[in-house]
Order: sequence, then C-alpha cells, then structure tokens
Amino acid sequence: MSNIWSIAKRELRAYFSSPIAYVIVAVFLLLVGFFFYSLVWWFNSQAMQMAQNPYYAQQVNINQMVFSPLFHNMSIILLLMLPLLTMRLFAEEKKAGTEELLYTSPVSVVQIILGKYLASLLVLALMLVLTWILAAFVFAFGNPELAPLLNGYLGLFLMGAAFIAVGIFFSSLTENQIVAAILTFGALLLFWVLSWAASSASGLWKGTLEYLSFFQHFDDMTRGILDTKDLVYYLSFAFFGLFLTHAVIQSRRWR
Amino acid sequence: MIEVQNLIKKYGQLEAVKDLTFKVEQGMIWGLLGPNAAGKTTTMRILTGYLPATDGSATVAGYDVFEQPNEVKRAIGYLPEVVPLYPEMTVGVFLGFVAEIKRVPKAKRAAAVDKVVKAAGLESVRGRLIRNISRGFKQRVGIAQALIHDPQVLILDEPTIGLDPAQIVEIRELIKSLRGERTIMLSTHILAEVTQTCDGVVIINEGRLMACDSLASLTASVSRRDGVLLKLRRGGEEAAALFRQVPGVEKAAAEGDAVRVEWARGQDPRDGVTRLAVEKGLGLLEMRPHGLGIEDLYLKIVSGGTVQ
Repeated sequence: MSNIWSIAKRELRAYFSSPIAYVIVAVFLLLVGFFFYSLVWWFNSQAMQMAQNPYYAQQVNINQMVFSPLFHNMSIILLLMLPLLTMRLFAEEKKAGTEELLYTSPVSVVQIILGKYLASLLVLALMLVLTWILAAFVFAFGNPELAPLLNGYLGLFLMGAAFIAVGIFFSSLTENQIVAAILTFGALLLFWVLSWAASSASGLWKGTLEYLSFFQHFDDMTRGILDTKDLVYYLSFAFFGLFLTHAVIQSRRWR
Repeated sequence: MIEVQNLIKKYGQLEAVKDLTFKVEQGMIWGLLGPNAAGKTTTMRILTGYLPATDGSATVAGYDVFEQPNEVKRAIGYLPEVVPLYPEMTVGVFLGFVAEIKRVPKAKRAAAVDKVVKAAGLESVRGRLIRNISRGFKQRVGIAQALIHDPQVLILDEPTIGLDPAQIVEIRELIKSLRGERTIMLSTHILAEVTQTCDGVVIINEGRLMACDSLASLTASVSRRDGVLLKLRRGGEEAAALFRQVPGVEKAAAEGDAVRVEWARGQDPRDGVTRLAVEKGLGLLEMRPHGLGIEDLYLKIVSGGTVQ
C-alpha cells in the first residue's frame, strides 16, 4: 500500500510541478463555467415563462434543467481532456528510461499501475470538486435536490475513472505520448457513439451495443438513478483497462 | 556473490547471451568487459531482474534471480546505461523517492539520503532540479540512487560513458571508494577502465564468455613476454635487425619509425638495447614499456579469437 502511495505521490508531483495539471484543471473549469452560465441563463428565461402557467410551474426543476445537461457537457469535456492527463503515465517513463528504475525496485507492476491510476484519479477528483462552487451558487439562490446532484457527480467520477484506465492502457503500449492520446481519444469516442449504432440495430445486438456504450449508463446517472448495473459497468471497464495494462507490461518484459 | 549458470537470452531470433557461466566473489570490483553489442547490458538487466532470461540460472547475494526477484532487487543497487532520472524533481527529492520505492524504512530515509549525497559529492546540487545539473552530476545522482538502500551488490552499466576526462577520473575514484564488503560489477568496453578500477574481469564477446579471472592472474597467464617500444630518429627494419642481435631479445619488429622489442619474462636486456641504440647512433627519442598481456588478449578477443 505504501508503495502505491509512493508512486502516486511522485506522479502528482510531476503533474503539479509542470503546467499539465494547472492547464487541464483551468481549461476544464473555464468550459464548465461557460456551460453552467448558459444553462442558468436559459433556465431563468424558461422558468419565467413557465411560471405564468400554474400547470407548467409544477414542472420547473433545476436538477433536470440545469444539472442534467451540465453533466452531459462535463462528460464530453472529460472525454477530450483526460487522455491528455493519462498519455504521459507510462509513455514518458519508457522514453526517458526511468521504467528501468521502477521495474528493478522491489515494487510490483500492480503497485506501479495502481499508483499511477490513483494519481490521475486524484487530479480528476480535484477537477470535479472545484466545480462544486457552481453548485454552491445554485444552493444559495435556489433549492435543488442534493441526492441527484451527488449521483451525477458519482457518475462523472466513475466515467472519468473508466476513461483514465483506458488512457493508461494506451500509454503502456507506446513510448510516444501523442500516439497514446490519439488512441485513447479514438477508443473513448468509439465507446461513446456505440449507442448511435444501437439505435438502428435490433434484438440481442442492440442490447449489447447499448450496454457497451458509455452514454447509456451515464444518462441514467444524470437523472438521479443509481443502478448497480451502471456501477458494475464502469468498475469492470476500469478493471479491464488496468488488467490489460498489466498484461502489456508483463508481456514486454517477457518478450 | 554473483553466480551465473548457463545463461541464455534470445530476442526473437537474435541470441544476445549464449550459454554464459561465471562467478564473481564478494567484496571486489569486477569489470564486465566486452566490445559494444557483446551482451553486457543484457546480462546486467537479467541480473537485476529487469529482463527474464530465456534459459539458465543466476543468483545474486544467495538469492535466485528468477525465484526470489524481490529479495534480489533489495540486495542490488543498479545504475542502468541510461541513467533513470526525473528531470522535474530536485536531486534531494528524487533520492527520497528512490529511498521510498527501495523500501528504506521511513525513519531511516532522511539519513540514507544524507549519506549518499555525501558519498557521491552532491551537496552543492542537492536542491537543484535534475534538469539543470551537468552530465557529470547526473551520473553521480545515478550512482547515489543505486547506493541508497545500502545494497550488498552494486551493478553499474557503463558508469563513465559520455563524461569528460576529469569527470571519468572522479567517477572512478568514487567507485573505488565504495569498495568494501560490497561487491561491485561494472560494465565497460574500455580496457583502461578495468585495469584502473577493477580487481577482476569477466570478458565477453558476442554473448559468449571469453575469460573470467582476477586481473593479476589473467595478466600472468597470458603474457610470457615483456617489451618496450623505442622511438628512433633512424628506425625501420635495419634498426630492428640490429636489436635482434642483443643477447636476451626474442623479437624485434619495426613499426613505422618505432621498433618494438620483446623478451622472455625474467630477462631484462634493456641495458644492452639502449647501449646499442647510442653506439650505432640511431637517435633514441623515447623508450616506453609496451603493455602486453591483457591488452593483447582483449584485442585478440575482440577481433574474434578465443582464449585457452
């Protein structure tokens, strides 16, 4: 355990002693802030109109009208930014030759992978926690429900955790960071748009594609639905990514 | 301390190490000598557990490299050919990190870092980013990180490569100062490195063992003759013929302007040689001992010969 933390600490130091983490966090917050502002603006005008009619006034729901779409926007931003966070994790070690230090130290490959994974998860958590400032405004001037909000954040975090695992896997395949990032983008986008293919498919094939798509599972969570099916999906996705990373590293060393 | 038995390593079709067997005793500095692409780095990577062998066995400090990799990793300090450094860390922080992953107990880490900083002469750069220090210092940081957990065995892959002459001397002195209970194995393709730093040598070429012995006995076994190289104003074949008549001289051969004179070990016809050079007015400019033995041996090995 202490080994995992040693590796994670070094990765965090690398993130924060270079501009990487600051730039990613800042750009993420800027974009999320922009989307939040637009959504609240839209919500205000909608709410004004709906308030005229007692029937519609019942339907005004800030969770559904602001946070649900905001979570969708955030998930796309994460899809675009997390590959840039993960691309260096193994590729850089390989290029600089520092992997030789890691693999000749009494630290297991599993511990190295988990340490790096933990460091990126913490950066992701920081990105998400900082957006709570926006939620704080809504709590100050409105009365949203807390539970669906937390559920949405849980969804974002789990999805980000799955993205990061995919990113680590591709980083372990190459010593070129750009290649790692592009492969990660490709894979994530593919899993994202599977649901489009699912809409025109039928039968078992449709069900399978829907289950595999990031989108389908995330949609539930932004609506405040917490289903074990979705949890299992993201966790198994993350596990699978890390498992493949382990296989890649072991096979490189045994070739 | 280090024992290698019938070690084989194949990269696909390429056989980098072919049936290597040698043994290195405790408390000495051993050189792993061979031309480039002889299998030195591969052998060291196998010993440190970075690469698995295709076949054969290796033990370090009594632990089997393949069966007990973690014990071996704790017993070994390793400086790879490409010094593993994180440029964005300071020297002190980096060494602290290495102490952590080498499992130095938390309470002893600060002391361990202090100790290697002092041993490697890094006091002046301790707080600087590794990115900004000179190549010589980077090499020292590499040696310091290998020493941090006070390993019984130190494996250094080409520790002086790419350094300037003054730095080479410094690093050699540093390595010599580490001698003690520790067993040190360093690889090099430069013979002088071995003759100046090491007690013993393992010579390999194209993945095969060529010789493994202490430096003293290796020199004694291969050179039956001593010799000098004479630089003359009027050298050449005629001068060589004159020297051949001096009693005790076994062989004299012209090498451009110079003449190489050799004799059986135990005799010393140097007086006669000088007297002759003066009497015949050959214009003696320079006379220096001509290294035979290990240098010849190494050249012979590199050019494809074998020993014994």
